[in-house]
Amino acid sequence: MALPIMAVLMFFLVLPILMIVAVSFWQATEFSIIPAFDLENYEFLFGSGVTYRVFFNTFKYAFVTWAFTLGIGFTVAYFLAFHVRSLTWQIVLFLLCTIPFWTSNIIRMISWIPFLGRNGIANSTLLSWGVIDEPLDWLLFSDFAVILAFVHLYTLFMVVPIFNTMMRIDKSLIEAARDAGASGAQILWNVIIPLTKPGIMIGTIFVVTLVMGDFITVRFMSGSQSANVGRLISNDIALLAYPSASATAVVLLLTVLLVIGIMLRFVDIRKEL
Amino acid sequence: MEPRPRSFYVLSTFFALFLLFLYGPTITIAILSFQGPGGGLTFPMRGTSLHWFRDLFEQQAVGDIWGSFRRSFALGLMVMVTTVVLSVMGGLAFRKKFYGSSILFYLIITSLVIPSILISLGVGLIFSQSGLEVHWSTSGFGSQLTWTLPFGLLIMFAVFNRFDKSYEEAARDLGATSWQTLRHVVLPIIGPSLIGVALFGFTLSYDEFARTLLTSGSYNTLPLEIFGMTTNVTTPVLYALGTLTTVFSLLMIGLFLCLALWSTRRKARAGSDAGKGIM
Repeated sequence: MALPIMAVLMFFLVLPILMIVAVSFWQATEFSIIPAFDLENYEFLFGSGVTYRVFFNTFKYAFVTWAFTLGIGFTVAYFLAFHVRSLTWQIVLFLLCTIPFWTSNIIRMISWIPFLGRNGIANSTLLSWGVIDEPLDWLLFSDFAVILAFVHLYTLFMVVPIFNTMMRIDKSLIEAARDAGASGAQILWNVIIPLTKPGIMIGTIFVVTLVMGDFITVRFMSGSQSANVGRLISNDIALLAYPSASATAVVLLLTVLLVIGIMLRFVDIRKEL
Repeated sequence: MEPRPRSFYVLSTFFALFLLFLYGPTITIAILSFQGPGGGLTFPMRGTSLHWFRDLFEQQAVGDIWGSFRRSFALGLMVMVTTVVLSVMGGLAFRKKFYGSSILFYLIITSLVIPSILISLGVGLIFSQSGLEVHWSTSGFGSQLTWTLPFGLLIMFAVFNRFDKSYEEAARDLGATSWQTLRHVVLPIIGPSLIGVALFGFTLSYDEFARTLLTSGSYNTLPLEIFGMTTNVTTPVLYALGTLTTVFSLLMIGLFLCLALWSTRRKARAGSDAGKGIM
């Protein structure tokens, strides 16, 4: 029964990874790539200061996005799970949070242009309020825009798993805490947050991997002014420099798997579904 | 009912602002897509018109929008059907331990967390090096499955974790064959969740960009076409297209949700206790 899935993943996941690993040792000329066993691509990658800056940037995006999505996602899930009292409303509001996930990311990115542009809504509002004297340039095509788009696109990856774990918290535990004299803040900190940790971990895995593997959001929202590892790879691809793209891809994959490996030590995904 | 605490109102406001943040931009471009013919990418509106929508329906230089829509739609259906069938099979298989089950489980997780561009690059390389031609219905199709299958399977895991096995045992005790048990007991019970899997399969494929980037060949899918437009189109026609495909997505989502609601109701009305298994 599991054979078809195994076959699909073998051909479209395992084989491509092996291919990338192999090609990362190949040589490239201007027109073609040649099978070889050459460490040049890696030497170049690790010898360049750009690589370290770009990797640092990637982690920076991942961390800042994680912090914001966690804060917002937790609050939203907490509201839905503990403050909305009827199940119907919980489902309706939860669906409202998830529907954008099923629409196009690219269009959701494009839709920030009228807000953040030089003559956009944000600038004209701030101007009319007299907060600023001239339009802010850093709203669109900046790190700010990149983070904003990430938070916009990926917060629901936090909301869903956190809400899912919160809904399974036995309400009598909270009543017990209240009977024992705990304040609202104490209940949140000592009962709800510890019990929600698995959901938080799953959300974290999603957000961190999506941000670390991204290349299109960074390219579009920074107006090609910032770079992360994904963009490094896609730039190489655009130049048909597949071996060097592959070497970068291998390092990125190892980094992501390492990060996930560490996180999976804290949560058993199959138990949490 | 006890009165709402003050935190309820603070959190409600927060939630409302979150929804505004989530939907505001999309609503804005929907409004701006009705710009007058002289209007630009930002406010103010210079009149209202259907000018930019009309533009989409006329033959134009920016590419093959309708062709790419048809391809994305066909691909979405292909991916949807495959995802549902393979996820059910995989979900059933995973109820027992089998040889290689933990390897397969880790492959599924890898498939979920691997940066999309690696799939694109790897599949593209395999096809080009082995002399095959990349095409949206072959390499693009397979690449998208690596994104939709993990979601489908995780849903099936969640479903079968809550599945009451005594229904199957009862069927077997009454002499049903394993196929009859599957067809008349298991599938009806998990039916509504399959609509969820289908929704994921279709929409994730329809909107997928990164995994199709290097694997779709010379015929673009719609997201690729739209992304191409962002670099050379600076008129609200971009918003008009964005609005139309978002409306299309919303219609599909609505359709799936109604189907799910309908099948849940139908199950309840049939007077059977079948649904209790996946509460």
